[in-house]
Amino acid sequence: MMWNPRIETMPLDKIKEMQRVQLIKLVNNLYSFNKFYHDRMRAANVTPLDIQSLDDITKLPFMVKQDLRDNYPDKMFTVDKSEIVRYHMSSGTSGKPTCVAYTRNDLDYWTEALARSLTAAGLTSDDTIQIAYGYGLFTGGLGLHYGAEKIGATVLPASTGNTQRQLEMMQDLQCTAIACTPSYLTHLITTARQMGIDWKRDMKLRRCILGAEPWSESMRAKFEAETGAKCIDIYGTSEQAGPMFCECEHQHGPHISPDIMYCEILDPDTGESLEPGNKGELVCTMLKKEAMPMIRYKMKDITSINEEPCECGRTSPRLSRITGRSDDMLIIRGINVFPSQIEYTLMRIPQVGDQYMIKVSREGDLDRMIIQVEIKPESFSDKLEDMQRLRAHIESELKKYLNIAVPVELKAPGELPRFEGKAKRIIDTRVF
Amino acid sequence: MNANIITQLSIFVNNAPGSLANVAKTLHECDINMKACNLAESTEFGILRAIVDDPEQAIAKLQEKNIIVKKTEIIGVKIKNVPGSLYESSKILGDAGINIEYGYAFTGKNVEGLFMRVDHPEQAIEVLSKAGLDLVKASEI
Repeated sequence: MMWNPRIETMPLDKIKEMQRVQLIKLVNNLYSFNKFYHDRMRAANVTPLDIQSLDDITKLPFMVKQDLRDNYPDKMFTVDKSEIVRYHMSSGTSGKPTCVAYTRNDLDYWTEALARSLTAAGLTSDDTIQIAYGYGLFTGGLGLHYGAEKIGATVLPASTGNTQRQLEMMQDLQCTAIACTPSYLTHLITTARQMGIDWKRDMKLRRCILGAEPWSESMRAKFEAETGAKCIDIYGTSEQAGPMFCECEHQHGPHISPDIMYCEILDPDTGESLEPGNKGELVCTMLKKEAMPMIRYKMKDITSINEEPCECGRTSPRLSRITGRSDDMLIIRGINVFPSQIEYTLMRIPQVGDQYMIKVSREGDLDRMIIQVEIKPESFSDKLEDMQRLRAHIESELKKYLNIAVPVELKAPGELPRFEGKAKRIIDTRVF
Repeated sequence: MNANIITQLSIFVNNAPGSLANVAKTLHECDINMKACNLAESTEFGILRAIVDDPEQAIAKLQEKNIIVKKTEIIGVKIKNVPGSLYESSKILGDAGINIEYGYAFTGKNVEGLFMRVDHPEQAIEVLSKAGLDLVKASEI
């Protein structure tokens, strides 16, 4: 089943030509009518005349997350306020958030991408999908919601939390699919076990749509064995719109809708374009976005692109599994955590010394992060209660800024490693 | 300084094998004797509270090794080896509104009792003395 066979089976040369035309149109439009993009192109010494082929895209300057922070909230919007129909927001590094805006067309393309994706994943109007991504400022819930409604599936907008109830609803309404983070599925599996639920006996589940954080093939095997449902990877971030692109039933990486997004893979060290099949940093250009175009946006994800036609009949390129990040962002149970946020938070607490370490591991299938902190000698107390209060204070400050509970270990000065040159404060032993 | 105020060293000890040995080794190397001690622990660190014969020298040596140490003023109450002794002293403090943060028992050559960290040491000494209880002098340990 395909939602949009014309696009999804378009021959590769036709795809490239379509993307070329779309790119030229986009660049002309932004150069002519938008100050932000005009200035950036002038600064990079490039005009629309320089963009003739798809490869000419490399002449255009990159965009990075910092651009969104610097121009918060609305300096990068390219349409009139009256055309904006929705915002999504993310809490950013050091308390500086980012805001993404959508026009009616932006929402329609997002929904279209998800309609194609969910169809590719094997869902139809006969399915009931429980959406256990957060609804609200986060893009996951609402994004999947409209995509699933578009294909006529029955949507259960469960959002996150209340795990026992989620499992009861899943049984009562005979949900055939769930969309959530891999971490949350792990939690559902644990809770179901405690409640005596057997997924294969008591549920009708046949698809899990999992994304918003990296997960591995070994996790897929475990999830599928436990739930009896096919587990499908979904990719997309708020800069693109939200979750957008799913694997097909053959599970060989998310299919990218080529009329919506153009992908480049670059060598993270040299910045050189890499041929399909080679691993590098993903750079995305959104070809249709109106409210907040993204030109050569550095996703910071390490992956490769596969342009070979898929067994499912689709010609749209696929991304391989994300194997890491080209920056130091950590994704802990679906939440983005920048080490700079941790440092910023710790250094504002007067009792905390200069040294800290971030340790990330996976226990079972759940990410675990511990922060070890050296305290200043003068903040040491002979009373255990004072020390425990200090630790609780550090934990609550971190929770406030990171939106995630992180256990803290207090350490004596001199106990954590010192670094000459670049500090390596993160020890991440997870395998993706 | 009040002769009944006793100096305790409070030492930060990581909760890992060998950490306590490291502290003890430092004290041993400069020939410092521990008269009484108590070990409190949480999951990742512990606090060694110790009464030593030469606190100033011990502090200097420990700090040389970057071990966190802090001086704490505590009091010692002589306790008779009969039922009700602890009740007697703790009731007096309680009635006076003085809080005992922690404490530990010790036995010396001629004296036995309880070391206590209280929130108001001077006041504690006063009420205990008034009630006729004997306090440990630093020189007696």
